[in-house]
Amino acid sequence: MWDYTEKVKDHFLHPRNVGEIENPDAVGIIGNIVCGDALKLTFKVDRKTNRIIDVKFQTFGCASAIASSSVLTELLKGKTIEEAQKITNQDIADYLGGLPEEKMHCSVMGKEALEEAIKNYKGEKQPIEPQGRIICKCFNVSEEKIRKVAQENHLKTVEEITNFTKAGGACGSCLGEIETILKDVWSTKEPIKIEARSIKKRTNLQKIALIQDILEREIRPSLQADGGDIELIDIEGNKVIVGFRAMCVSCPMGGITLKSIEDKLKEVVGEEIMVVEE
Amino acid sequence: MKTLYFDNNATTQVAQEVLDSMLPYFREFYGNPSSMHTFGGQIYRKIEEAREQVALLIGSDPDEIIFTSCGTESNNTAIMSAIETNPTKKHVITTKVEHPAVLNFCKHLSRKGYRVTYLPVDSKGRLEIDSLLQVIDDDLALVSIMHANNETGVIFPIEKIGHILKERKVVFHTDAVQIVGKLPINVKDLPVDMLTLSGHKIHAPKGIGALYVRKGTRFYPYLIGGHQENGRRAGTENVAFIIGLGKACEIAAKSIQKEVGFVKHLRDKLENSLLSNCPDASINGDKENRLPNTSNISFEFVEGEAILLLLNEYGICASSGSACTSGSLEPSHVLRAMGVRNTAIHGSVRFSLSRYNQEREVDKVIEVMPEIIKNLRLISPFGQERLTGKGYAS
Repeated sequence: MWDYTEKVKDHFLHPRNVGEIENPDAVGIIGNIVCGDALKLTFKVDRKTNRIIDVKFQTFGCASAIASSSVLTELLKGKTIEEAQKITNQDIADYLGGLPEEKMHCSVMGKEALEEAIKNYKGEKQPIEPQGRIICKCFNVSEEKIRKVAQENHLKTVEEITNFTKAGGACGSCLGEIETILKDVWSTKEPIKIEARSIKKRTNLQKIALIQDILEREIRPSLQADGGDIELIDIEGNKVIVGFRAMCVSCPMGGITLKSIEDKLKEVVGEEIMVVEE
Repeated sequence: MKTLYFDNNATTQVAQEVLDSMLPYFREFYGNPSSMHTFGGQIYRKIEEAREQVALLIGSDPDEIIFTSCGTESNNTAIMSAIETNPTKKHVITTKVEHPAVLNFCKHLSRKGYRVTYLPVDSKGRLEIDSLLQVIDDDLALVSIMHANNETGVIFPIEKIGHILKERKVVFHTDAVQIVGKLPINVKDLPVDMLTLSGHKIHAPKGIGALYVRKGTRFYPYLIGGHQENGRRAGTENVAFIIGLGKACEIAAKSIQKEVGFVKHLRDKLENSLLSNCPDASINGDKENRLPNTSNISFEFVEGEAILLLLNEYGICASSGSACTSGSLEPSHVLRAMGVRNTAIHGSVRFSLSRYNQEREVDKVIEVMPEIIKNLRLISPFGQERLTGKGYAS
């Protein structure tokens, strides 16, 4: 039996704001039945004051998932969208008097559903699939999510990442990759935002290692899957020189491929990166 | 609030007669059975009496019984003994649905360079003998297959498997922890070389188990030290607990036939009512061939831990294969191996009964469960989807 606080028990046994709002102004859906957790958050907003005037949830999950969802709705009521945006998963956990470490992913699910709902309210396009490279295939957790949750919650160990995201909690084959990501996240002194991972904060050796890693683990496998290949020839400052191999040599889409590689490296390594063919 | 206990595959209440038989051996008769004096010698004789009681329950000779600390130790001992006595053979066969005491030991062997084959089960949790026949080879050191599954209660065809392996002279161990004391078994008819049983599943205390080792089976001890258990398991005997296990086996041997009918009647009443009164509920496991006390039911679209905690509000104790009930984030490996649907796998609940359950306790579960499931489905988006036909993430 998990050691739940009285607040968790109360919100589990007497969940507040259960249901689905008709014609909501915002909908946020996170999780699925395969992973064992899912949350659907709906709310109404007073357009004049920008305040959330009604909010409801439906949750598939354990006691802490239900309690986290219930508390989230309580936290949201009456807040402006700007105030709601500032709610963190730690706020949810704190309101509950804490969650068992292994259950922190329930609070993260609440935060994610809120983010999705706000995006929906603002009319921002929501991706159908999770963004970024999937690290944990068992629970469909992306690298982007691992980085974000690690930074927001100051997580330093793989175990903490598992507790907060579920990543690595099943077959365990991705634990090594999670460790690598964590090392990268905390390799700079002030890794507050993903955007802060600029090339200026890495040594040359770190930058080269990161470029090699991305080419080997992400780009080469996808090219090889189509019968092509790529080789890293050299790195001169911010210029990354590559050579296409196999089917890529004669591919009419080579220019587009080169651009997409550059975009990926710009996104992860730094805006200054330029990719050229040998 | 009175506890209504339906988790007897996890552990059982110690029988009063068992406790009574143990108590004098803590303070009154505390001698060491290895001592030469009469005070210790009488303890030795009492241990041998317990050995006879255990042997009687499973149809073995007393000197084929080794007392251990638990089922896990018995399983580990059996597997390690087969490995040590067949040093040139590097292949082990087990199933995907074993207890972690076997599964994780086999994973440990994999890391040591052994090849382990995990046999699959079908959607009813049944083991197909053909899958075993296909992987038997000359490199085989051991086959370890449970007699009955702890989660579903499904009984495996140990007798048939044993005959196949006997012809091929392969060591065969069965983890019979869940079946001993619940159904009659007799090792005279069961062609196994080693068999595990555990005290706390049959109303003896936790911390005592036994391993049956058929005469003529080459054996290598797991615990090495003194000469206890004829050199087959070193360490001063856990005297009171051994005596308790003996008593529990004596009681089981006398009452097993009567209890099977009683427990099965309660189980069937519980199961049939829940299936009738909770929509989208189904049994996990082979209904025709399983333990009489076990019912594993999936309630679709809701989560097991939430069900258990709401049952707990009424003092009802059960178990779940849901991931959220354990430190692991993965739901039951047994239900996964059976291919149970995702909509059902997270909402599985196991009720396991014993001789101490009463009809009115079953009636209480029958009374509260439909409401619990209904309320959780009202919270669940998937439950709503099912109720309203409005889908978003099926």
